[in-house]
Amino acid sequence: MIMGSQKPIDEIWAMVKDFNRVLVFGCNTCVAVCHAGGEKEAETIASLVRMRAQQEGRTMEVKHLGVMRHCEPEYFEPVMDEVKKYDLILSTACGVGVNFLSDRTGTIPVFPGINTSFFGSVEAPGFFKELCAGCGNCIVHLTGGLCPIARCSKTLMNGPCGGTNKGKCEVSNEIDCIWYLIVERMKKLGTLEKLSEIQPPRNWATSRDGGPRRISLEHLREYEEKEEKAQATGGKKQ
Amino acid sequence: MKSGSNLEKVIASGKPAVTAELGPPMSADAHEVVKKAGILKGFCDAANITDCQTAVVRISSIAAAALAFQNGLEPVVQMTCRDRNRIAIQADLLGAAALGLKNCLCLAGDHQKFSAAGKLKGHPGAKNVYDLDTCQLVGVLKKMRDEGKQEGGDALEVAPRFFIGASWTPMADPVDFRPINLMKKVNAGADFIQTQGIYDIEGFRSQMEKIRNMGLHERTAILGGIIVPKSAMMLKYMDSSVAGVSVPKSLIDRMNKAKEAAGEDKKKARELQEQEGIRITVELIHQVLETPGVKGVHIQAIEWESAIEGIVKAAGLYPRPTFD
Ligand code: SF4
Ligand code: SF4
Repeated sequence: MIMGSQKPIDEIWAMVKDFNRVLVFGCNTCVAVCHAGGEKEAETIASLVRMRAQQEGRTMEVKHLGVMRHCEPEYFEPVMDEVKKYDLILSTACGVGVNFLSDRTGTIPVFPGINTSFFGSVEAPGFFKELCAGCGNCIVHLTGGLCPIARCSKTLMNGPCGGTNKGKCEVSNEIDCIWYLIVERMKKLGTLEKLSEIQPPRNWATSRDGGPRRISLEHLREYEEKEEKAQATGGKKQ
Repeated sequence: MKSGSNLEKVIASGKPAVTAELGPPMSADAHEVVKKAGILKGFCDAANITDCQTAVVRISSIAAAALAFQNGLEPVVQMTCRDRNRIAIQADLLGAAALGLKNCLCLAGDHQKFSAAGKLKGHPGAKNVYDLDTCQLVGVLKKMRDEGKQEGGDALEVAPRFFIGASWTPMADPVDFRPINLMKKVNAGADFIQTQGIYDIEGFRSQMEKIRNMGLHERTAILGGIIVPKSAMMLKYMDSSVAGVSVPKSLIDRMNKAKEAAGEDKKKARELQEQEGIRITVELIHQVLETPGVKGVHIQAIEWESAIEGIVKAAGLYPRPTFD
């Protein structure tokens, strides 16, 4: 799931203070799970902004709204007319949602209401952890199912650095050294000898370093196009 | 000879090799490098020039190495994976080779967060690179030297001829993986290895036994790391906070005794501890060199380069071999 965290209200205020009609627009999927940007959080942010506006003597209309997902048109198209009544949208979706809306709102700016942080798990209520960095070339079959790209502070591919200290990463004793865990897990799985192989330099082009990425499922797209055509011709016959 | 460096020649001669360390300054002060080179010259076979150690911005390793080289000290360029991608690393190393530098030590590099420590603000918000890791970096250097090719495969008309090194922390977690870790670096092409500082001789010897059983000591030259202790406080800090370093209580007690012998006199306490530190260092050098499979020592006198002369002489490692 995509994890985010709320921005400090001072930062939000600095973004919104010069606008008159502000919509705080929540997304009820990932960022609702991590209590950062669901409709409920959008409501809270809207009331905080209203309070701040009052304190600063600013007259401002601040409303909130939420949809299931910001990243697929079918969810927000039904509310688009409503959304377009405002002169600023503060989206509390992840960065994907903010971008997706920005591509579609014409002259209305869309600002980020949260900090999108990582792909992570819900380890326990209120505790989320980064486990994958979406590198585009998954290799965790070589590392006991644990990811050295997302979870090693140096994205090392051939084993731990010299900084592992009592199983913790050199960066902080609150971060597990993933290479320590990989070695322990592979011992348990009886596959430790696999780690003797040298992993060559990676091709990072599948990661962000190759530029913005896209996935196009040609068979699905062809199928959809055919369906559309069939419907169109069907329509003519009627 | 792979590189023809002085360090490689000493190792090939079978005599115990001695490397030291030179930390470049945090400013454009060339004089500081030249001064330190003068202090170390003649007392080691080569000196590592650190590459922004603990992520603190200093004169770059290659530039400081060139200065040291011009002043008669053979340098070991240090190259970390933290700050450069494979393009910058290869470009810089071609430059280093063109300047006549012949040794290169490959390192992961300390995380940038270490740069903010004590009074230093550092650059903890810097972006790190880690395009390559240490093993891969060793492999890139070997490919450049032995195949005359860049990592991507393009030919090098003139190949850089480095004596390739890597570091090894024998006693860091997970301890039973560390021999495999060394094996990977050797398989990748490491000609020499400098270890993390050793105080726990027993621990080191038990790891070295595994290394000998794997035959790695014959495929690479292992130089045992010695960090010259300056005070009881420093030993305690290294024992508690430095990864893979444990300091026997007996050594800490010795330093404490030296400190206490000075009573209230702070200057004397410092001097007595420094003297004891040098005695401990010399003992450690002997113990490390007596360990089968070890080919030399890497002595780090951090910000205390002037201690090297006395240590090397007291350890019976002076004069250093010369070749024409
Ligand atoms: S290797 Fe890449 S895709 Fe696989 S878990 Fe790690 S970051 Fe995610
Ligand atoms: S301590 Fe472990 S997790 Fe941290 S950088 Fe080193 S290998 Fe990676």
